[in-house]
Parts: sequence; structure tokens; C-alpha cells
Amino acid sequence: MAHIAEHYTEYHPRWLRPHISTYWWLRKWSYFAFILREISSLFVAWSVVYLLLLVYAAGQGAAEYEAFLEWSRQPWVMALNVSSLALVAFHAVTWFNLAPQALVVHVGHKHVPGSLIAASNYVAWVVVSAIVAWLLIGG
Amino acid sequence: MQKQIKLQVARYRPEQESESVFDEFEVPCPNDWVVLDGLNHIKDQLDGTLSYRWSCRMGICGSCGMTVNGEPKLTCATFLTDYAPGPVRVEPLRNFPVIRDLIVDLGDFMQKLVRVKPWIVRAAEKPLSSGEYLQTPEEMDEYKQFSMCINCMLCYSACPIYGLDPKFIGPAAIALAQRYNLDSRDEGAAERLEVLSDHEGIWGCTFVGECTKVCPKNVNPAGAIQRYKLNAALESVKSFFLPRGA
Repeated sequence: MAHIAEHYTEYHPRWLRPHISTYWWLRKWSYFAFILREISSLFVAWSVVYLLLLVYAAGQGAAEYEAFLEWSRQPWVMALNVSSLALVAFHAVTWFNLAPQALVVHVGHKHVPGSLIAASNYVAWVVVSAIVAWLLIGG
Repeated sequence: MQKQIKLQVARYRPEQESESVFDEFEVPCPNDWVVLDGLNHIKDQLDGTLSYRWSCRMGICGSCGMTVNGEPKLTCATFLTDYAPGPVRVEPLRNFPVIRDLIVDLGDFMQKLVRVKPWIVRAAEKPLSSGEYLQTPEEMDEYKQFSMCINCMLCYSACPIYGLDPKFIGPAAIALAQRYNLDSRDEGAAERLEVLSDHEGIWGCTFVGECTKVCPKNVNPAGAIQRYKLNAALESVKSFFLPRGA
């Protein structure tokens, strides 16, 4: 048996080990969407940094806040923020849709359907957005 | 005249070739023929040297997994007519070393499978006189989906993470670990957690989700891994706040 085992190690010289292309993620939409979701994390991070900068500028007084708004009006900052909005939305939607895979909720002996778990994320998103909007605009 | 379809079959004969090449064969294409029937026709009538695995022909044994037109498929459940007028390209499963033609080596998976202890672990076995371990239908439903895995390896073939990092334990092994973790008769979850909470375990998965899409038995390995991540995270939090397991 030991003799047979020797032939089936990962160092077997005659195995063919196909090369994985650097562009494997372009082969299928689902692979591309996955890479896009990973990259969108960078834009999520930028959104957080931008928000912190905004809050900091607002805390420094009217002049600082105006200067921050002026800086934000630059085309490249606007382009970055518009891209970030789209990618943050993509990030959120993909994760909300994946939530039912990780969360299995029971009520009594019954499973809560995955669609309901995903829907609860969207409802929470809308409610929190509405509260933030109310605080900023109407509050 | 009977309808025909062209099969482009990957060949790798280690004594002749250092890279895979494609041979083309014309095979009959009746409505009830699957890709495996086409391969069997080649083997029986056209080229007896073609090598591939198969056994049950009914989606149970999991031996005939191959890449058909770029997608991992059970060739016994993939109809040739769905690819008419062809050609149909048949290659070995991706992400595994090829031994010959369409045969890949599964040794890596076999070693990983054992590491997750896919059997019922008991702290102490009951004496036979106490009878069997009983289970309600609801308790069985908890793990039944994950018990349907036939180890066909389509999920490993579809998983880019496994392709890029072969140390990753992979979808089927984790789904099978979860199958036993969710079994009311099992007491081995903590032992499995040691293996699965490694970077090469559940945290290696970045949730591409392809494993679930290609699974012919609807096992949903991606779901199993995400559920396990949640469990592992909760266990970590618990062990942080309750280091002595109070």
C-alpha cells in the first residue's frame, strides 16, 4: 500500500495542472459581480471617510464647512462620490440579498422564508434612511 | 438519418502530451442521450482509449462530473440536445490536477473531508441496551439538505477561491461538516470548529456563490458556509466574554 500511496502525492510528476488565467473573473458574470462587490468595499470605506470629513468640517464652524463644500464641488470629488453612491448601493443590495443564506430564523417549528429576511433588511434600510433624512432636512 | 452532434473532448495522455489537446468526434444525438452517453459511444465505437469516470448514470454516485461548455456538470444529467447544433466541449473538472483525459485527482478533497470529521461524534456512546438515538422529523429537516451531497466536486470546480488557494477546505467539505453539526445526535461541533474556523476554513470563502448554483442536488454549500461563519463569530464573541465557558 505504501508503494501505491507514493504515486498519488501532490508531487506526482505527470499530473497536468492547468493554469488559471489572471482574467478568470471575466469568464462569467457571477465572477465579475463578485469582484465588483469586493472592490466596492473600497468605495464603502471612502464614503465613511467622506462622512467623517463632513462632520469634522461642520464641527469647525461655518467657514470650514463652506470650504469643505467648495472642495466637494470639484469635478473629481463629485465623480468619486457619484461612483461611490452607485457602488455602495450595489454593495448593500448584494449583501441584503445574500443575508438569507447566513440567517436561518425559526418561528416555532417553521423556517422564516429567505425572502422575508431579505425584505426586512430593505425595510430597515428605508426606515433608517427616512430617519436620517428627517433629521437633516425636516428636523 | 439520425441527428449527430460534434463532441470536442479534452485529451491528456501523459506519456504523449505535456498539455491538454482536443479530439473531435461525431456522435448520435437522440433526445434521450446525455453527454455521458456520447462519451460511452466514443469509448465503445470510436476510440477505446478515452478515459473518464462514471458509474450509476442517475445522478447518485457523483463520479461523472466534467466541464461541459465551460460549466461544471454531471454528464449523466446533461442532455446533448440542449447543446444542439453543437459543438459540445467536454473537459475535466477545473481546479483539480488531471491524471488522464477527463479524469482528475480528488485526493486533496479526500484528505480535507476527513479533517472535518463527517461522521457522528459522541462524547460517550450509549450502551446498545439503551436503544437507538431517536430523532424527530423536524430535527432531521435541519440537516437533510446538506446530507444530499454526493461528493461530485462540481462545487470545487466552480469555486474560484479553491482554484486560487488550494488550501481552502472548500464547499462540499464544509457543507458536510455542517450536516453533522446540525444533527441532533452529534456532539462534535466544537472539534470541527477548530478546523473550520481557520483562515483556510470558512473564512477563506468570500461568497462567490457559484458552488450553490452548480450543485446538482441543491445542497447549497454557500449557505452552509455563511451559516457556519455566523456560528463561529458568535462562538468567538462568547469565548471572549465567557472565557471559562460559564
